[in-house]
Amino acid sequence: MRLPLKNRLLIYLYILLAVIFMVFPFYWIANASFHPESELFNTKNIQWFPDFTYLNNYIDIIQKKNFLQYLINSFFIATGTTIIAISVSSLAAYALARIRFGASKYILGIVLGMSMFPPIAIISPLYLMVQKVDLLNTFIALLFPYIAFTLPFSLWNLTTFFKGLPKELEESADVDGATPFQTFYKIFLPLVSPGIFTTAILVFIFAWNEFLFAVTFISNDSLKTMPVAIVGLPSEYNVPWGQISAAATISTIPLVILVLIFQKRIISGLTSGAVKG
Amino acid sequence: MSTLAKQKAKWGYIFVAPAVIVIFAVAIYPLLSTFYLSFTHKDLLDPTSDGFAGLSNYKKLFSDILFWESLKNTLIFVVFSVIFELIFGLGLALLMNSAIKGRGIIRAVALIPWAIPTVVSATMWLWLYNDQWGFINILLTKIGIIDHYVAWLSDPNLSLFAVIFSDVWKTTPFMALLILAGLQMVDQSIYESASVDGASKLRQFFSITLPMIKPTILVALLFRTLDSFRVFDLVYVMTSGGPGHSTEVLSLYAYKTLFKELNIGYGSALAVAIFILISIISVIYVKVLSSREEI
Repeated sequence: MRLPLKNRLLIYLYILLAVIFMVFPFYWIANASFHPESELFNTKNIQWFPDFTYLNNYIDIIQKKNFLQYLINSFFIATGTTIIAISVSSLAAYALARIRFGASKYILGIVLGMSMFPPIAIISPLYLMVQKVDLLNTFIALLFPYIAFTLPFSLWNLTTFFKGLPKELEESADVDGATPFQTFYKIFLPLVSPGIFTTAILVFIFAWNEFLFAVTFISNDSLKTMPVAIVGLPSEYNVPWGQISAAATISTIPLVILVLIFQKRIISGLTSGAVKG
Repeated sequence: MSTLAKQKAKWGYIFVAPAVIVIFAVAIYPLLSTFYLSFTHKDLLDPTSDGFAGLSNYKKLFSDILFWESLKNTLIFVVFSVIFELIFGLGLALLMNSAIKGRGIIRAVALIPWAIPTVVSATMWLWLYNDQWGFINILLTKIGIIDHYVAWLSDPNLSLFAVIFSDVWKTTPFMALLILAGLQMVDQSIYESASVDGASKLRQFFSITLPMIKPTILVALLFRTLDSFRVFDLVYVMTSGGPGHSTEVLSLYAYKTLFKELNIGYGSALAVAIFILISIISVIYVKVLSSREEI
């Protein structure tokens, strides 16, 4: 079905506007990070393009504000969350999808209900628990809530992937006398690796971006994660926009690259649940 | 049940055990504790304050002006952000669907606002809204919509809508991607026969496209409604609820009560209220979704 040329041009004009609208806000703060503050605060002479030779804002946040440490902390906690959450949820998803047992339908129901949980509804008892076992200011305190909050999504996603595999797989495994764990680990896990990979990216992004638990459970400066560190950059007397824009940019670029490389997988991972209902 | 099946069922329980333990320890037990704490006077500043409070926290809640104010702000935030996300998201999805070339690029671009950490996007919008150097002021004065720079976030009449606008920016592309996935499931041959029958494009949209993607839209609306109801990071970073309490949403008010005032008892009652409101919204959506499936 070919539209008339005029309509097609109009569609592309709208698309261009939409793309500018989606990209410009991030472009504008990334652009700011490559200029001295004196230029940012001069609205008579607007700097439309980044000056990639001006790196003082980046040098400042790394040398004066120790920002690499926060990025490493975030990377560490996000990686840990991803590994553990994926192990726990792929094992459970396999059982829910491929093994018949009494409690399985209740578990999926509870998990689906959990996906609507507001974090604020559980944060104070969790804080008291973490305080009691003396785990405030540790990454472990963040690990458990992050696993719990990504579990509904990853369990749901992975269960769909495991369900999509043919029934003959178990039969041949039974004939070979494999234990259920071997069947899971050696036969099923390699087959759902695309699904695991997609889910892992989404879990990683969640943990990388999370703010509420991170700001509540970690007050020790050297253990802060990236989002908490960014929020902490302005002081009472001074808002260092140059440094803030550099921190915002450096924290987002890895995600943007990740998303652009794996966009097809991410989109299918995000939308599969909604489309199938 | 054969012995093999029984054997397997046992393994089923073993495999789900870690997930179930996490769910109980980190979600269900704390949720029940929040209910319990909401009936106490627990106050972190005063260790002797553990006593049973009965319903007094809930009585306080009903007469607390700040609770009603933050509920009102939350509802405004939810309704406006979800409506605008739906309208723009639908438009964007239709655009993406009709773009023959470059659909991949625009889909990739649409993921950028979604992937940006909320704290970063909030910071970004603080910079855009800045009352002295912000691009929005520069742009709007240049094209003559305003004649002087506006302090978008310090004006109690504007601040909530300024925050809503930045939420719409961040989440519309996600909405569009969900709707696009729904659009791509619609069988193209239906449109061809409709064109043969002489149905106009507009007519085709309302009598074919919209009914076909309605379930996808409802699921997307459910996700977005629940998500925007618990909004926290965006408001915390952009305004901390101010100026005054003009952008204070429920999650933020509960958070401040719990961790700034250290009033765990009353803060828990607020948290329970949020939980109940979210449950009601979910039940309504699920009812609508399942009644549709029965037809």
